Amino acid sequence: MEITILIFLLGGLFLGWSLGANDAANVFGTAVGTRMVSFTSAAIICSVFVILGAIISGAGTTETLGKLGAINALPGAFAACVAAGISVYLMTKVGLPVSTTQAIVGAIVGWNLYTGSSTNIQVLLTILSTWILCPIIAGIIAMGLFTFTKRVILNRKLHILRLDAYTRTALLLAGAFGAYSLGANNIANVMGVFVPISPFTDVNMGNLFIFSSKEQLFLLGGLAIAVGVFTYSKRVMYTVGNDLLKMSPVAAFIVVVSHSIVLFLFASQGISAFLQSINLPSIPLVPVSSSQAVVGGVIGIGLLKGGKEVQWSIAGRISMGWITLPIIAAIISLIVLFILENIFNLTVSF
Amino acid sequence: MFGLKSASLFGETKKLEREIDEFVDIVSEVGLVFKSIVPTYLNHSANGKFEEMVEKVKEMESKADKITKDVEHTLYEETLIPDARSDVLRLLEHIDELIGMYQGNCYHFSIQKPNFPKEFHDDLIELTETVVNCVESLCLTVRSFFRDIKSVRDNAHKVTFYEKESDIKFSSLARKIFDSELPLDQKMHLRYFVEKIDRICDQAEDIADEVQIYAIKRSV
Repeated sequence: MEITILIFLLGGLFLGWSLGANDAANVFGTAVGTRMVSFTSAAIICSVFVILGAIISGAGTTETLGKLGAINALPGAFAACVAAGISVYLMTKVGLPVSTTQAIVGAIVGWNLYTGSSTNIQVLLTILSTWILCPIIAGIIAMGLFTFTKRVILNRKLHILRLDAYTRTALLLAGAFGAYSLGANNIANVMGVFVPISPFTDVNMGNLFIFSSKEQLFLLGGLAIAVGVFTYSKRVMYTVGNDLLKMSPVAAFIVVVSHSIVLFLFASQGISAFLQSINLPSIPLVPVSSSQAVVGGVIGIGLLKGGKEVQWSIAGRISMGWITLPIIAAIISLIVLFILENIFNLTVSF
Repeated sequence: MFGLKSASLFGETKKLEREIDEFVDIVSEVGLVFKSIVPTYLNHSANGKFEEMVEKVKEMESKADKITKDVEHTLYEETLIPDARSDVLRLLEHIDELIGMYQGNCYHFSIQKPNFPKEFHDDLIELTETVVNCVESLCLTVRSFFRDIKSVRDNAHKVTFYEKESDIKFSSLARKIFDSELPLDQKMHLRYFVEKIDRICDQAEDIADEVQIYAIKRSV
């Protein structure tokens, strides 16, 4: 592989790293922060399942991003990733719970604008609507699951220690499911723009199965996420566990499960096809924000408890993120593309 | 595997559950022994049996101490119930102090041998029974904290009820003692014993209040 290709891929790998560093905390933050699960256990499970989710179920959301704008040159894809990475960094500095999802969509639209490619408005609207739906659905699922779980726990009269043991196991399983869903749903953000121009070729694995170029890209992206988890997520996990989510371990489990279900729903080709087969409207396969799904779940449980503890300002700031982040990412994307084309003489589209 | 020692996690959990149950059983048993110790003491002819019972309370107190230490170590070593660990340990320590109060009373009877005239016997036995009932209700409160959080309030309410009863009985007995023709030094000596028995109820009520707060914190 040429060194330039590797450099261009670094843009995606950087996004993957930041996704691992930040979003692993959504899956395992409370469990690790409250010391219910050790960081090493969480990091291993998270990495393995993110990679599995990316390779096995990552294709659906990638396809949708591809429909929004098929970036057809490596420098263009690099520019989109760098723009997304910078905008996420800037918004995180301001303290907004933003996501790589919204940044990459803005960056792709920026590429479309720069190169004069048309943006599929229908796909864009679908993506935007799922961002709003994602925290709402997560909140509704959290409310339902919380009511059910609370009733079961109170009726079963479990000993506090037995409940603790079950909760630890449940947090591990929910974390594994959450990491799988995160990989499946968000790998498109990291590697999606590189799929149409993948530098890899399909590899036949001893006539058993074909390891496609797309899967190789997803593996690489998954590994970048895993590196992010191991190198930087510990601090974020402790912050989430101790500061942001002051809730019981059972409530934390509910939040992780509802977050994971939402991410899985928006990534599962199987569920989408099943709904279509029984003549129901299929779920659009769109990368959604892991952080916003978590906040949706937290607000859902907060509402059940009377709504006093719900910080509505956070909900307001999320809505701000839906609008401002894609716009900022698109503007940065335009600037980076301009620099690459005019200063470095690189072809950003064909 | 995964730093959780999954197989041993459930094993440790069951062992700890048993130990905590056993600890509460001891509190209850010490109370029952104490309930018979006072009439036995007042019945001077059975003094041999009285010392035997004091020894039994001492043994149970040592056993409870050992369990408290075991539970403390396991909870910290295995990082179990991280959110409620400090509450549980404080609770066990305070209950352990309650057992110590029973034991202290027994020792004081054994060493100082207070001379309660016959006319106070029934009142003293009644006060002791109320105190033991109060601690018995506390045992139910503690058990419900661990298994059935919904019942904590109901059981804690019974503790408060018995504590008030005990206060009434203590005041009445103290008044009778000081209204009597006994010399002042004996009056003071008897009042010291009556007050010490009543204090067990105060401690039980404090613990019940504590448990109610822990229960609110523990609510899912």
